Amino acid sequence: MTHASFTAKGDLLYKPQLLRNRGNRLLTGIAGAFALIAVIPLIAVILFVLVKGFSFLRPAMFFELPPVPGQDMGGGIGNAFVGTLIVTGLSCLFAIPVGVGGGIYLSEYGGGNPFSEFIRFGTNVLAGVPSIIAGVFIYGLIVSSRILFGSTFSAVAGGLALAVLMLPTIIKTTDEGLKLVPQELRWGALGVGASKFVTTIRVVVPSAIAPIATGVVLGIARSAGETAPLIFTAFFSPYWPDGLFEPMATMSVMIFNYAQMPYEAQVQLAWAASFVLVVMILAMNLLARWISSFAQR
Amino acid sequence: MQKTTLIGMAASGSDSLYTLRHRPASEKLLDTSFRNLVGFLALMVAIILIGIFIVVGSKASEAIGAFGLNFIVSPVWDPVRDTYGAFTAIYGTLLTSVLALVLAVPLGVGTAIFLTEDFISPRIRLVISNMVELLAAIPSVVLGLWAIFVLEPFARPILQLIHQLFGWIPFFSTNPSGPGVMYAVLILTIMLLPIITAISRDSLNQVPQDLRQAAYGVGATRWTAIFMVMIPAAISGIVGGIMLALGRAMGETMAVTLIIGNQTSFNISWFAPGNTIASLIANQFGEAGELQMSALMYAALVLMIITFLVNVLAQWIVRRLALKYE
Repeated sequence: MTHASFTAKGDLLYKPQLLRNRGNRLLTGIAGAFALIAVIPLIAVILFVLVKGFSFLRPAMFFELPPVPGQDMGGGIGNAFVGTLIVTGLSCLFAIPVGVGGGIYLSEYGGGNPFSEFIRFGTNVLAGVPSIIAGVFIYGLIVSSRILFGSTFSAVAGGLALAVLMLPTIIKTTDEGLKLVPQELRWGALGVGASKFVTTIRVVVPSAIAPIATGVVLGIARSAGETAPLIFTAFFSPYWPDGLFEPMATMSVMIFNYAQMPYEAQVQLAWAASFVLVVMILAMNLLARWISSFAQR
Repeated sequence: MQKTTLIGMAASGSDSLYTLRHRPASEKLLDTSFRNLVGFLALMVAIILIGIFIVVGSKASEAIGAFGLNFIVSPVWDPVRDTYGAFTAIYGTLLTSVLALVLAVPLGVGTAIFLTEDFISPRIRLVISNMVELLAAIPSVVLGLWAIFVLEPFARPILQLIHQLFGWIPFFSTNPSGPGVMYAVLILTIMLLPIITAISRDSLNQVPQDLRQAAYGVGATRWTAIFMVMIPAAISGIVGGIMLALGRAMGETMAVTLIIGNQTSFNISWFAPGNTIASLIANQFGEAGELQMSALMYAALVLMIITFLVNVLAQWIVRRLALKYE
């Protein structure tokens, strides 16, 4: 009887004309449209930068200096390319030891003590600090005070500003990567008589090397494209780099300066530099993915 | 070190296997010094954070003394008469980030929902996800270059149409020509989309499938389940992502500086040139006089405090709203 009354009320077929089904289709359509709108600018950006940038790129550009504004065409981005490598390299030199060390402390020694919780909170706050503030900070600390051998704008100052931005990424990924190491590994190492130092350096860190390396590469990728911290630390120079305590050109600052110039030669160099920068950063992101695929053993 | 202890144990006979091994002083020293070293490296984070406040604060002290809190409400930024007020820049920062959020939140969360439901095959979903994440990796100065040469010429006719139709509304009262606030809003929207989409997608993915199936089981349609079950369950992550994006938008410098027009006088219209705190600093730092430099540092301090509050609020919201599932 119950079965009959159940079927008498209605069947279980899908009725497309019902209000709720219409509403569902409408909302699905809206979500699909939103996804489409979100993807269009992305394709437009990547397409324009890659196609337009590549069309202006010549291999000789990597070995030439930029031309004098308004005078002639041609020239290259050689000094800015080398400068980006140097400044980013310097920032790694500062940020990787501090970041990995700090991450080791948080995961291996901090436990849940108030100090490590405060540092975790501070890391999150530092990750949210606008990049231009990092530039202003290093300007006030190093550039305007001429604390580094009397130099003002310098590659070292630029590297330090980028390091401030890289630091939170590296600390966080190190901390989280080390937390994933099974506790048994630490107990095993301590059980056979290894000291805490040996356990950490020889057992724990090597088994978390993939997530740590991923974080480092992502940190580098983020800082290599940063401009705001560099415009008043590393500044710019139309010449080849001549020392770590001198102003140094970078590709990102070159794009910023040349994008505002009314000369076609400079705008073309800005597009070419954008192409090189974007390809470098995308390659580093792919590298990070490749490394992190080792972590999922 | 380990090898020598083993040899030592073997030499002293089998009894020593059952006695406590005393750690040599060198090993203890190494342990404590390593602990102190990494502790100091962790402390660097706090030192840098406090250092930023101290350095920026001390450089700003001259302007703080000269203008006080009036700096925040005065719209006059006049290097000739050496009088500075940051109201225009603060208003520009808040306006551009809020408008960008208004555009980016529905688009980003909508895309995240689209990517976590089974509307399209997992393969295409993965492609879209990866592409959205690639957009997050593009440097902001490159987006600024793109905004100048692609977005501005493309969007100008649309903005001009809006001006002709709704020009009587003060916000649209300027005929757009050249850079302006609205282009900055558009480029910020493009920059925020990947952040909001990626974080919302991850938090929606973390909601247990049981919840969705239970909702379907009691007769909910797909979108009832999304609105009444999935989104409330993932709200802490979504709101956290939105707050993170807000912080990012307020501090964003290069793309905005290149396209906003860097106009220091106040204008109510969204289609006119304007500025933000970050673009003001980036644009004027190079040729600033002494008091002007201090005023820029004061503006940087204001920006620092605003983003600090937003980030702390974000962390608090995430903890407060987080729902825990077994």
